[in-house]
Amino acid sequence: MSRRVKVDITVPNQTKYLGVIGRIGESMAYSLKGYQGNRRELAYHLNLVLTEALANAICHANNCDPDKDVRVLISASDQDLTIKVFDQGQGFDIDALAQHKAHKSAEGGRGVQIIFKLMDRVRYLHEGDRNVLEMTKYFQ
Amino acid sequence: MQLKMTEEGDIVSLTVEEERMDAHNSGDLKEQMLQLFDEGKCNLVIDLNAVRFIDSSGLGALVSGFKNASAREGNLKLCCLQPQVRSMFELTRLHRVFEIFANSEEALDSF
Repeated sequence: MSRRVKVDITVPNQTKYLGVIGRIGESMAYSLKGYQGNRRELAYHLNLVLTEALANAICHANNCDPDKDVRVLISASDQDLTIKVFDQGQGFDIDALAQHKAHKSAEGGRGVQIIFKLMDRVRYLHEGDRNVLEMTKYFQ
Repeated sequence: MQLKMTEEGDIVSLTVEEERMDAHNSGDLKEQMLQLFDEGKCNLVIDLNAVRFIDSSGLGALVSGFKNASAREGNLKLCCLQPQVRSMFELTRLHRVFEIFANSEEALDSF
């Protein structure tokens, strides 16, 4: 049984941090020693899922309020990886967003659907005084 | 967002000089395109050769440009997609919406 690697980072509620957090996900993909799949693809997908989840928290849940912040928790082993993104907003119905099919020429509405396509389990929960978007990928 | 603009006849080429197109910077591209449309320049080629990462906001900005160009009887075409960027168009099925070319010459010749 491999030990879990955990990263816990809090950033101000600003989109300029998307790249920083996305690249942490990318780096973690390369640190999973036992991962047998396409590592470059996993790295891109983790970057993407983190970027989408963080942008959703910053721009929608936290309503671009610069006084708020976003906490990101990544926990990984060779068997699975879980990302938690905590926001301070009013919450939303993630299942309704997931079921909404973006028209092919729609400008928005693809972010949550991308997360559902790339991750194996997605939940939106309430923890303490925050909402958390929890996304898990199983490797085996 | 760093953008390089060149004009050839009535076609404007916009080269995105960024590794990432995401919710932080894709609004800049959208604004630049709207400015061109206001000037009556409605045939665009977007060169994505430098882009290694694109998210749903980046895709949304390109869709916005495509819709606005089409509404003005122009066109927006894409060229020079890196494999990981191309895979995002396939994941979201947007490769069926855009005309995508291997290089800028082919994109320009297609108008």
